[in-house]
Amino acid sequence: MKAFAELLDGLVYTPGREAKLRRLTAYFRDTPDPDRGYALAALTGNLSLKTAKPAMIRQLVAERVDPILFGWSYDYVGDLAETCALIWPTVAEPAQTPRLARVIEDLQAAHRAEVPGLIARWLDSLDAGPRYALLKLVTGGLRVGVSAGLAKTALARLGAVPPEEIEEVWHALAPPYEALFAYAEGRGPRPDTTEKLTFRAPMLAHPIDEDEFAALDPADFRAEWKWDGIRVQLVLRGHEVRMFSRTGEDVGPAFPDLLETLHGEATLDGELLVGEALSPSGFADLQQRLNRKTVDRALMQRYPAFMRVYDILFEGSEDLRPLPFDARRERLAAWIGRTALPRLDLSPLIAFSSWDDLVDHRLSSGASAAEGLMLKRRDSPYVAGRPKGLWYKWKRDPHLVDAVLMYAQRGHGKRSSFYSDFTFGVWADDDALVPVGKAYFGFTDAELVELDKWVRNNTVNRFGPVREVRAGLVLEIAFEGLARSNRHKSGVAMRFPRISRIRWDKPPAEADRLEALSRLLPP
Amino acid sequence: MSQPAPADWIKVTPVGLHVVPADLHVDPVRPVARAAITHGHGDHARPGHDAVLATAETLAIMKARFADDSGRQPQAARYGEPIRLGEVEVTFMPAGHVLGSAQILFEYRGSRVVVSGDYKRRRDPTCPPFEPVACDVFITEATFGLPVFRHPDDRDEIAKLLAARDREPERAILVGAYALGKCQRVIALLREAGHDAPIYLHGAQEALCRLYESFGVALGPLRSATEATKAELAGAIVLAPPGATADRWMRRLPDPVTAVASGWMRIRQRAKQRGVELPLVISDHADWDELLQTVEDVNAPEVWVTHGREEALIHAVTLTGRRARALALVGFDEEGQ
Ligand SMILES: [Zn+2]
Ligand SMILES: [Zn+2]
Repeated sequence: MKAFAELLDGLVYTPGREAKLRRLTAYFRDTPDPDRGYALAALTGNLSLKTAKPAMIRQLVAERVDPILFGWSYDYVGDLAETCALIWPTVAEPAQTPRLARVIEDLQAAHRAEVPGLIARWLDSLDAGPRYALLKLVTGGLRVGVSAGLAKTALARLGAVPPEEIEEVWHALAPPYEALFAYAEGRGPRPDTTEKLTFRAPMLAHPIDEDEFAALDPADFRAEWKWDGIRVQLVLRGHEVRMFSRTGEDVGPAFPDLLETLHGEATLDGELLVGEALSPSGFADLQQRLNRKTVDRALMQRYPAFMRVYDILFEGSEDLRPLPFDARRERLAAWIGRTALPRLDLSPLIAFSSWDDLVDHRLSSGASAAEGLMLKRRDSPYVAGRPKGLWYKWKRDPHLVDAVLMYAQRGHGKRSSFYSDFTFGVWADDDALVPVGKAYFGFTDAELVELDKWVRNNTVNRFGPVREVRAGLVLEIAFEGLARSNRHKSGVAMRFPRISRIRWDKPPAEADRLEALSRLLPP
Repeated sequence: MSQPAPADWIKVTPVGLHVVPADLHVDPVRPVARAAITHGHGDHARPGHDAVLATAETLAIMKARFADDSGRQPQAARYGEPIRLGEVEVTFMPAGHVLGSAQILFEYRGSRVVVSGDYKRRRDPTCPPFEPVACDVFITEATFGLPVFRHPDDRDEIAKLLAARDREPERAILVGAYALGKCQRVIALLREAGHDAPIYLHGAQEALCRLYESFGVALGPLRSATEATKAELAGAIVLAPPGATADRWMRRLPDPVTAVASGWMRIRQRAKQRGVELPLVISDHADWDELLQTVEDVNAPEVWVTHGREEALIHAVTLTGRRARALALVGFDEEGQ
């Protein structure tokens, strides 16, 4: 437990992907099976455990600590697991500290009534750091920002297996992944992944700049709309169906209306959308259906889910990924025609003969649910990851708004001496600024130095790491879209805002007003 | 003759604790005619007093900080040697907090009161350890007066610091540590752990390190961070006051790992808020268990609590059958130096 607790601390406190990677890699290298496999599962959300309710943890502590002191401590610390980890009294003769695998296997084997006793015994045997890790693990609160991508890169660094290969087999295996580690370290064979409902790493596109077109021949490419939904992968084996997010998360359970209509033998790549009669109604509607623990019938009827398919990876057990795009597309169209599933359709190709044709398409309002175009080489195989030169995404021009800087917060890591997170606002009816978003990139290092200096010289208030500044600097903000939001005072939430220009020249009074911004909201 | 009640001869005033029969204030917040100073931290030692009674080390620290304004008539007290002021006997005893830190025992007509200032119970290679003194009233701080504060072994924390250095040989390890006490203790602990490479200092740390060395505390090779090149600072340990770890000053360092050495680092949110990459739980104050243990050790029937989280400590002391109350003293730094 100690090594796992130290890893957690390292991941929580360490800013920056590379440093996190080094931590993870070192942990995987130095920790024996099966602990490391369980850690991998726990960190990436692939562990199913009988979890303990916070009330049960409180009860355990209440048996050992004065309630008044506990109350004050909890008020001060603010986090239940942390308070309990710190306040848990040390016992005179602690039992041997359990290893991570032991904790997980015992929990999996235990009857519900035995869980409190187990947890109390472990807490007695551990120090504050491991106690915290244990409590986070058993209460299901282990969120430390380890993506599947980060984990697979760390695994790849154990030996000579490339990350795509790790990903390819990982999802077919179950914790504690001993075969995966053996393979990653070159001690074991590549695990067999056929016959399983396995997620395959998707192929990703590069953003394209206007000046890159000169070097590309339009005849080599196919164009599709870039749909404003969620990229998903559908794996069908008869009536067994699973739907994965881009990162391999199982997102199917939230969309039973779609899943129950599906069957077949294929692995498909496409966009999850919502809307009546296979007509997409916008990302904000889709968002309503995401991140819900239970499926809401009314929402499901109001926003029926469907999938717009644009690629096929497997048909039956045949791996189509080595085929060129055009050939796969043909197989896909035939498959969709043959199965005629009511909630799947084929993402259409856009006919064009020159790049200028496409510019017109890109700006056309005909595809309001699209956020731009995809360009795919006709001969491109389906390659996991983000290979160069095969697929491009060409986004619609972003929206721009002139906003006024309101607050600045210190950044992290390299940027921790700079005020680099900027909250900006626009003018509301009462001529007061109302915050509409937060941006932390879009500027050069030199501009950051200037912004930092401006913030320091124009601070009117401080709250911890945050400075409030006088309404004196206009920022041109680029963003991808706007949604209604109850969480923001302004009533709007921006997607992907970033600073496109610093308008040192512009008087703040001439910045945009909330009414102007609200006009961009979907009806 | 019956003993006077402590509350009748030691009073809380807006200036600080007033020992009435000696006409002396302890750690007063404004200039007074006669002050007794427990230790050199800014919320305890202030400039402008007339007569100042303190250890030689504390007097030297005040001289370094306040120069000509450090007190017109300094008088050095030795640990354990009583000084008579009228009817009051005043004895300075080690508090184990920083170099020169003292608890002060006041004895008046058989009544004994200990003002402990700030103190800790852990071993500290840079100052003599706290000595419990039996008394009728023990006056204590409560900086870490909640049961969530239990400081770990400082050797483990130093090991974390050295591990970070091994892991990140291209980066500087910047440790935020108060200039008086914490800085020198961290250096001394590093030396004990076998780290003998030069340690680099922010300008604000240098003078006090020299002062410690003049009192016989060996700190090994120290260099100025301001004069060092980026290449020299790669893989080096650099100490700076906590404020400077988020300041422009740190831009001179190669991609620093920011560490902070403080008892507050026990609380994750605290460390996260400050953007600390390497929290080191090293404190110069007693932790919760040590506060309660000290009350047991001095065996006082009554405890007065000065600054910090008084209510929890008073509650816990009361549960042991002693009387306890908060003194509404002003001017102390709740965060503890
Ligand atoms: Zn203090
Ligand atoms: Zn102090």
